[in-house]
Amino acid sequence: MKIDKFANQAIIENVSRRNLLKGIVGTGGLILAAQFLPRSTLADGGSVNAYKTGADGMPGGVVWDPHVFVSIAPDGTVSIVTHRSEMGTGSRTSLPMVVADEMEADWARVKIIQAPGNEQKYGNQDTDGSRSIRHFIQPMRACGAATRQMLEHAAAITWGVSNTECRAENHKVIHIPTKRSLGYGELAATAAGLKTPSLNSLQLKDPSQFKYIGKGKVQIIDLFDITTGKANYAQDIHVPGMKYAVVARPPVVLGAAKSFDEAAAMKVPGVIKVVKIDPTPMPAKFAPLGGVAVIADSTWAALKGREALKVTWDDGPNKDYDSQTFKAQMAEQARKPGKIERNEGDIEKALAGAAKVVEHEYYIPHSVHAPMEPPAATVQIKDGKAEVWACVQSPGGTRGDVAKVLGLKEEDVTVNVTLLGGGFGRKSKCDFALEAAILSKSLGGTPVKVVWTREDDIHHSFYHSVSYQHVTAGLDKDNKVVAWRHRSVSPSLMSNFMPDPKRESNLELGLGLIDTPFNVPNLRLETGEAVAKTRIGWFRSVNNIPHAFAMQSMVAELAHELGKDPKDFLLEMIGPPRIVDPRKTVTSELWNYGDPWDTYPIDTARTRRVVELAAKEAGWGKKLPKGHGMGIAVQRSFLTYVATVVEVAVDDQGNVSVPRVDTAIDCGFYINPERIQSQIEGAAVMGLSLAKLTQITFKDGRVQQNNFHDYKVLRIGEGAMDVRTYIVPNGIDIPSSGVGEPGVPPFAPAFINAVFAATGKRIRNLPLGEQLSA
Amino acid sequence: MKLKVNQQERNFDGDPDMPLMWYLRDELALTGTKFGCGAGLCGACTVHVDGKAVRSCVVTMKDVSGHSVTTIEGLSADGNHPVQKAWRAANVPQCGYCQCGQIMSAAALLAENKNPSDSEIVAAMSVNICRCGCYQRIFSAVKSAAQEA
Repeated sequence: MKIDKFANQAIIENVSRRNLLKGIVGTGGLILAAQFLPRSTLADGGSVNAYKTGADGMPGGVVWDPHVFVSIAPDGTVSIVTHRSEMGTGSRTSLPMVVADEMEADWARVKIIQAPGNEQKYGNQDTDGSRSIRHFIQPMRACGAATRQMLEHAAAITWGVSNTECRAENHKVIHIPTKRSLGYGELAATAAGLKTPSLNSLQLKDPSQFKYIGKGKVQIIDLFDITTGKANYAQDIHVPGMKYAVVARPPVVLGAAKSFDEAAAMKVPGVIKVVKIDPTPMPAKFAPLGGVAVIADSTWAALKGREALKVTWDDGPNKDYDSQTFKAQMAEQARKPGKIERNEGDIEKALAGAAKVVEHEYYIPHSVHAPMEPPAATVQIKDGKAEVWACVQSPGGTRGDVAKVLGLKEEDVTVNVTLLGGGFGRKSKCDFALEAAILSKSLGGTPVKVVWTREDDIHHSFYHSVSYQHVTAGLDKDNKVVAWRHRSVSPSLMSNFMPDPKRESNLELGLGLIDTPFNVPNLRLETGEAVAKTRIGWFRSVNNIPHAFAMQSMVAELAHELGKDPKDFLLEMIGPPRIVDPRKTVTSELWNYGDPWDTYPIDTARTRRVVELAAKEAGWGKKLPKGHGMGIAVQRSFLTYVATVVEVAVDDQGNVSVPRVDTAIDCGFYINPERIQSQIEGAAVMGLSLAKLTQITFKDGRVQQNNFHDYKVLRIGEGAMDVRTYIVPNGIDIPSSGVGEPGVPPFAPAFINAVFAATGKRIRNLPLGEQLSA
Repeated sequence: MKLKVNQQERNFDGDPDMPLMWYLRDELALTGTKFGCGAGLCGACTVHVDGKAVRSCVVTMKDVSGHSVTTIEGLSADGNHPVQKAWRAANVPQCGYCQCGQIMSAAALLAENKNPSDSEIVAAMSVNICRCGCYQRIFSAVKSAAQEA
């Protein structure tokens, strides 16, 4: 098989058009000066830094210098660097849009340049935790304002007038007294020679002057390319001379190839090499699982070669992992006293003295992200330097890890970030890029693309953790909830990074357990032991999913027990508007999503507001057709408040559909309401997948699902086709918070509560599956 | 064997059992045809063979010998097929990876049925998975494309 001449040309054109080979150096035009401001925190930034975030504490911290992010060509084209990865949330468009708005650029003349992994230069790039807008709205506003002031200053110098007489407006600077003007392209050379103004000299726009921020009119920058097939993802990368690899990985985590016979694989036409990759003992961080790789001239030959390969596996210590057995073990743990993580009042006494005790258990299995683009990465090593093309959420982290694997210095590794065909947390882990690095090295640096198939993705992921929750509530004689004891048992994702802690870490506990706002005088949150027997990863909204499922289901169960309206009772559990501060009653540090408490406290006025808004818009309490039911749930996650009302319709055979979803979100000041809406719509679909369909189960240490026929995810028409989003309007003084993840957690409990309202059947084990027809 | 891809004659002398998808992606660099599942389950690799939507990951080269293949790159010269326009007007994509396959399914549906019912839209589009969850907008984009066409 040969690549014909035409195709070869197309490959090179395609690659260079996207600037993938050149990084950002090849953009032409004028790059504003090369000197960078010394790294500074924004702590002394006055109004530019109206509130503090955790951004400074992240690797690489914050950079806002226009010399790093903005370049202007003589024809006026403004290039803005976007340093976060794009996986569908729209941040690749939204953050440059903030810069463009503040600098008075005309969006039609803006180009976006994807930064390679370099956190020293660009600041933190770990696109995770719903942080992009939250951490970078202020720095990007500062960047835009500084650019605007530099252009005004350049015009003042050109005309020999005072800065104050010059005003930037829509891609040009106007001399107010004479009305003459100079375009940004004409001013670029002078502006480039200027020093970046200090933070406290920056004058931000008044929000009433925003042209793009908050309007929802700017479409994502890749829209045309996406709809015409030109958008490039890591699976699409072609580098001249590239080879293709697939890897046979141990079916059980920590297993290894005992022996293998490569003869049959080598006989497949196009196969050029079989390479063993050694496993890494836990805690392995993102190191590859090991296995046997087949490298070939084409993806097809590599796949055929892997099929022909004969590997005998040693399954290692996790060979007995069995989801059914594990569930029983977790239940046992959840039924006995655990480690106290937050304690208020006297739970034993309150439960002993309760007029009534209600106790329920909730289970959520493992699941896998299954982004539509399975992981893929290409690595080439030349003259002691490595170049990577990969769909990674954390290009900075990938750079460091690749450097380590190859024994290179970080500055000799370039990580080009492609578009990500979905991420959901999977692509935070760069194991696939490390495989490509190892395999390129095995060929002396020849570019190698590692392709993961869907089966690879489903069999060898970092799984959403399985969890078991045991909740006991005590009611007094007036039917008030006076006691709440909640035990959470779930293997920890920290097992990737440290000897397995065997229980949720404080980071995981902060995801909707020990930060509960419930207004109960005797409150105890505990954890039980569970050993990680596979790789545990974070999955869009992470532990918020099981925590919210248990808490919000239990609230509806209690409402039913007491004959109260579930929405009214939920508000009663949240209690009056106040700041809930668990910091003194938790036994470890309260993890507030890595952000300062004072900026983002737990504010039940906001929790209540989204509950009331979603309920009102959904027409909570209205008469519903036969077989229909409504459920409600709320969760503060990623510092954002989301409440969802789900309406279900259940037919006589137990088939459940979701005719309507109403979701209210309060994410502080918002940048792009149209993309928030799309995130909420998507969260409902992913939430419904989780609640109704998806599960990963293990037997003999192996994942039992293989592809989309047995790992079923939601398809069109299967519900959540009418999702209505209500965004709480906020001024710029209300700190922006997360959007990518917070839509997910309330969905499953709202859905299950709706199923109960429709059928009287309470589902405590997810997914729903066939439980209603059984 | 001979085949046509986006109106251009092609000769192929490789493995006749290779799925069409790998020929398009690896040999012709027509990477708008996406790899999603390799088993005809997700629709990301949807192309048209003689105008009908097929999953190119389960159609082999020998199956398409003598046939005419259209990929997303050949759907419209300027990227302005009514379905593509409707997709942009509705801001359908999030990550975008599955969208070429979605658009190819929708275009084949509308070529065959100018005025599909809601359930015909769902039936035709249910071969395509979107993990970002753009279904609501996919549905409305197909409907508005049907009105435009």
